[in-house]
Amino acid sequence: MNYDKYIAKVVAEIPPSGIRKFFDIASEMEDVISLGVGEPDFTTPWNICENAIYAIETGKTHYTSNHGTTALRQEIAAYLNERNALQYDINQIIVTVGASEALDIAFRAVINPGDEVLVPAPSYVSYMPGVKLAGGVAVPVLTVAANAFKYTADVLKSVITPKTKALIMPFPNNPTGGIMTKEELAGIVDVIIENDLLVISDEIYSELTYDGKHVSIATLPGMKERTIVINGFSKAFAMTGWRLGYVAAPLPLTKAMLKIHQYTILCAPSAAQEAGLEALKTERKNGYKQVREMVQQYDHRRRYLFEAFNALGLRCFEPKGAFYMFPDIRLSGLSSDEFCERLVKEKRVACVPGTAFGEGGEGFMRCSYASSMENLKEAIKRITEFLKENGWL
Amino acid sequence: MKNMRNEILDILRDDAKASAKEIASMIGESEAAVAAEIKGLEDEKIILKYKTLINREKINSEYAEGLIEVKVEPQRDLGYDRIAQRIYRFDEVTAVYLMSGTYDLSVHVEASTMKQISEFVFEKLAVMEGVRSTATYFIMRKYKEHGVIFADDDKDERLVISP
Ligand SMILES: Cc1ncc(COP(=O)(O)O)c(C=O)c1O
Repeated sequence: MNYDKYIAKVVAEIPPSGIRKFFDIASEMEDVISLGVGEPDFTTPWNICENAIYAIETGKTHYTSNHGTTALRQEIAAYLNERNALQYDINQIIVTVGASEALDIAFRAVINPGDEVLVPAPSYVSYMPGVKLAGGVAVPVLTVAANAFKYTADVLKSVITPKTKALIMPFPNNPTGGIMTKEELAGIVDVIIENDLLVISDEIYSELTYDGKHVSIATLPGMKERTIVINGFSKAFAMTGWRLGYVAAPLPLTKAMLKIHQYTILCAPSAAQEAGLEALKTERKNGYKQVREMVQQYDHRRRYLFEAFNALGLRCFEPKGAFYMFPDIRLSGLSSDEFCERLVKEKRVACVPGTAFGEGGEGFMRCSYASSMENLKEAIKRITEFLKENGWL
Repeated sequence: MKNMRNEILDILRDDAKASAKEIASMIGESEAAVAAEIKGLEDEKIILKYKTLINREKINSEYAEGLIEVKVEPQRDLGYDRIAQRIYRFDEVTAVYLMSGTYDLSVHVEASTMKQISEFVFEKLAVMEGVRSTATYFIMRKYKEHGVIFADDDKDERLVISP
């Protein structure tokens, strides 16, 4: 049977994941040090797990309201207010199956066929396919190391057309570690407002910044009314497998997203919602101590790795957020793909080629420092050998 | 603001073998500044010692460890210090804490066999002047010590590569 004719064109047109190949190579090998992992190496704090177990024991195993439980949305509202200076009413918030679902329902709620959406390049692998699956046209906005992988008004102006409907804000960024400060955000707000764009702001790494606090673009004058804020528990609370995130937006947009969410998802997992409730409540009570300690550990690794890469001649932009380093590997004369493939085959260090994150990624590789210092030291040792043996150092 | 001392202590508390050079790169200071700070911490006896955490179950030598709850008579002018000192000077005693609650001193002892610990208790400790009573508990298995879980095989459950 020829299945091609059954598979929707929009799906067929989505290219295979650039990560898949490396996953296949690395998972076949023994003794691999992986800097290719896009999730925390911390395990979910036990108080959170314990609360979820208790929730299951006491029968909290049913559907919840489509929106998510009231208690959780109240905590999310309080959290957004305290940590990101964002004020939302609980009916403007939907609890989702990870930030991933939040991105999907945001795209589908606003995109009409042919609408253009500005997608950062390089950036998280889901944006481009998400926009396309929703019928939109993903237009890359190139960000470059020389400009700390930020957006600028000029670059935005150069890609905006009458069809541009929305802009994805991806800061702190995966894979570059770039952020935007309040002043830098102020520099692009006029362009956004003049062109009447909607902003979809993926703030999943908002807790992980190393040089001042994260600023949500929704806090700038005139922006809250045109911003969909997306966040979640995966990175800040080391809860990737729980599949818990949320979206907060102006009410009419929340209602539109809720329509999709209620029919396709119904509700986020109830035990995970109880876990998330515990995460926020306890952290708030303790002044976000767990988060602070985690950020300090990431920061130590970040500084270590940054210095080590630069000392090896793999020039590196100093990442200010998330847990990724994006060194320049062009001294090898190889493509990102070749470099990463040889590194994993010759030295069993797995990284992800920059090209997996779209345009602007060639010449770079993504290294995650969500890994123990011990692993990072061993990885640097092996990368040093790799460079020396190939005459690049 | 971050405090260099506390950051150094946080790192060393977790990994006593971290070198000044490594710590310097982790916290963005010079190696010389970190080395000087560590020396200061040592000189001021804030850092007392660098020790090694050992999983005794994995080595083939006899070993026993016990916790003894000791009730004592505090002495005029000296309080509990004098009696605590008499107890902690014994080599087999690894830790002594003054406690709130139903007893006074928590005494941790290590020896090659349980018999040796028992002998220590009834020959040395229970008969000591000022000791009113003792209750001895032997440790049967260690699950976690100094924040380290003994059974952990450190297996990374994450996918090797993920977006
Ligand atoms: C930038 C970014 N957004 C969203 C996600 C997905 O997060 P979640 O686990 O909440 O679906 C990730 C995960 O790697 C990410 O890096």
